[in-house]
Amino acid sequence: MTDVTVAEKTSKHASSLHQTDVRTKRRNASEARFRFYGLTAIAVGVFALIVLMASILSNGIPAFFQTYVIMNVDLKADVLDPKGNRDPDDIAKVMTFGYTPLINEATKTLVAEIGGEVPGLTDKMVNNMISREAAGQLRRFVLAHPDEIGKTVKFEFLANGRIDGYFKGRVTRESAALDSNVSVEQLDIADALKRDGHLETRFNFAFLTNPDASDQRPEAAGIGVAILGSAYMMLIVLGLALPIGVAASIYLEEFAKTNWLTDIIEVNISNLAAVPSIVFGILGLAIFINFMHLPQSAPIVGGLVLTLMTLPTIIISTRAALKSVPNSIRDAALGIGASKMQTVFHHVLPLAMPGILTGTIIGLAQALGETAPLLLIGMVAFVKDFPAAPPEGFFDPATALPVQVYNFTQRSDPAFYERASGAIIVLLIFLLIMNALAIVLRRRFERRW
Amino acid sequence: MSFVKLSASALAIAAVSATAAAARDQIQIAGSSTVLPYAEIVAELFGENFDFPTPVVESGGSSAGLKKFCEGVGENTIDIANASRPIREKEVETCAANGVKDIIQVRIGYDGIVFASAIDGPAYTAFNEDQIYQALAKQVWKDGKLVENTATKWSEIDSALPDAEITAFVPGTKHGTREVFVEKVIAAGCEKSGAEEAMTAAGMSKEDVEAACTTLRTDGRSVDIDGDYTETLARIESNPNSIGVFGLSFYENNTAKLKVATMDGVSPSTETIAAGEYPVSRPLFFYIKKAHISEVPGLKEYAAFFVSDAVAGPGGPLATYGLVPDPELANTQSEVEAEETMASGS
Repeated sequence: MTDVTVAEKTSKHASSLHQTDVRTKRRNASEARFRFYGLTAIAVGVFALIVLMASILSNGIPAFFQTYVIMNVDLKADVLDPKGNRDPDDIAKVMTFGYTPLINEATKTLVAEIGGEVPGLTDKMVNNMISREAAGQLRRFVLAHPDEIGKTVKFEFLANGRIDGYFKGRVTRESAALDSNVSVEQLDIADALKRDGHLETRFNFAFLTNPDASDQRPEAAGIGVAILGSAYMMLIVLGLALPIGVAASIYLEEFAKTNWLTDIIEVNISNLAAVPSIVFGILGLAIFINFMHLPQSAPIVGGLVLTLMTLPTIIISTRAALKSVPNSIRDAALGIGASKMQTVFHHVLPLAMPGILTGTIIGLAQALGETAPLLLIGMVAFVKDFPAAPPEGFFDPATALPVQVYNFTQRSDPAFYERASGAIIVLLIFLLIMNALAIVLRRRFERRW
Repeated sequence: MSFVKLSASALAIAAVSATAAAARDQIQIAGSSTVLPYAEIVAELFGENFDFPTPVVESGGSSAGLKKFCEGVGENTIDIANASRPIREKEVETCAANGVKDIIQVRIGYDGIVFASAIDGPAYTAFNEDQIYQALAKQVWKDGKLVENTATKWSEIDSALPDAEITAFVPGTKHGTREVFVEKVIAAGCEKSGAEEAMTAAGMSKEDVEAACTTLRTDGRSVDIDGDYTETLARIESNPNSIGVFGLSFYENNTAKLKVATMDGVSPSTETIAAGEYPVSRPLFFYIKKAHISEVPGLKEYAAFFVSDAVAGPGGPLATYGLVPDPELANTQSEVEAEETMASGS
């Protein structure tokens, strides 16, 4: 029978398997075209990623290096302790403005020592080579070690942002000639200092631990407060969103009857997941700050807002994980006399755990990168003091990593540009770690039926 | 059962948050993005030199800051609003309606508004108000009537200007700088060019003349920038034919990328602005809630420190950054000391 049909077909079309006909050619061509489109799409994506990463890395890597000037400072007793009684209260009366001349003098001595006599070099240029942060650093040291007053102590001060930029290639001799904040003479001195080992560029741990700094001292700016603020918010999100989300999904998935009410709830949860994040910020401002009177700029408010934002994501992924546990497990447990709750908590939940954790981590990663809702609750701010340890610290002002990136990009000093990219690198590393963790958890513990 | 533990800790956090109306001990500031860098510099120095916590400074623009300021008195409202323009009568009324009655106005100094362009762009080196008005006003006075502005090149306005397309990036309406720009450049140019006089002579009402003299073009030649000066700078870098409106301090921090134009033949600097020669400058302010001085520790000390000679005076850190010191700083200092409010004081 079959043979007959085949024979009929060949006779009708008179084609051979060795010779492709027009239709087959067209089908093959369309497949080749589709493969080409797919490859192009991937290539475009990979290219965009490479360009993005290359630009962020090339801009941001310099933020992890910093130039320091090493010098001896004469801690003059008559300046730092005018009354001469070593009373901490009296020493504290001398403000940083009083310390600046000491640093200026030390810098001048150092420049004279290395024979840095450059024509056209003024005292002001020499003074400006050291960061303004130095006076604060010196004052903190003296307040902590009052017995060092009157001695000569070796210090490592940050070099001014422009001098630092010179060693990173951001400032060149050509741009320095045009720049009103740095001069070619200063660069000559910096070269001489480096040659004699008084100036060095090294890894910048302070970038990860320092708080933000003002426009006048970009070299001192770091993302310490932002990292801590983000960590606090993630703790709050984890502590609230995970239990609430899991409880809600277990009830909806395992206990609730299917009726119009649960249908409405289900639709609303899906809709909430698509609500723009700024809406949660407005909600947070109205409820948590204006109604509940929680403090502004605090991680607790940020955490609560991000919890609201993350909840739908966690509920949806948890319900999917619970759904994927086959009914035979439930039936078996119920069959041997387990209660409904025992079934859920002893059998279903442990099996769904990898999926729940993956969903939670992805929700957290999303919350970590969120800026818009924080804008409305006062977290997009200049915060210099570290928040205290939790739980009190949850109520202290702090910023967050993406917010710090945004803040850095708005500063007028070009040195903040590299700091912004540096902060992006740190944020990306955190996101990578979280996503990798999600993948590992899924790979190791997920079971398929 | 770690799940139960988690829920318990979550409940604990919620309980703490509900009871926490704990006293705030750091100063909260919001407002003008022009004043922001100055406020940050002072906040940093304040935290470094005093035992009080460093104030928290937010940006957002003068109007947004004053709106927040006028929301009421208490823990969860800000203490200080920075502004690059004086507070408006209407805002004072809103404040009073919300219980913010005693407001202390502090003038910290002056800031210049400059026209700058890409350093290797066309030679935009000298402007006057008249030229800017002719280039950017929506309607101009031509042959006895008001017509849509159709100028496309600077050279059409004045043959001394470069033969380049007109594109200007000006601060958006939420910035205090916009108001000063319109008033001191566009409206002044309208008056100087004789257009204002001609319009009045032609029988236009006062409001119509004012509207004609202060409305900017909307055909893409004048572009509103709602972000900060960094955005203006980025736009200029991608379009070297354009000019941008900046604060003097921003320009001084970016002289390697920007060149500045003179206004009426005067080049902008802290000296020419202090002497009153450079025409486009404006005072900068911050406003304090008097009711908060007794509540928030360090608030008065911060205000006094801000206007002290060592900080805001000539040669101080703010002047180094580009603020033009107020010649009447001593007056401001005594006003802060006496906590003179706007109603009771000057």
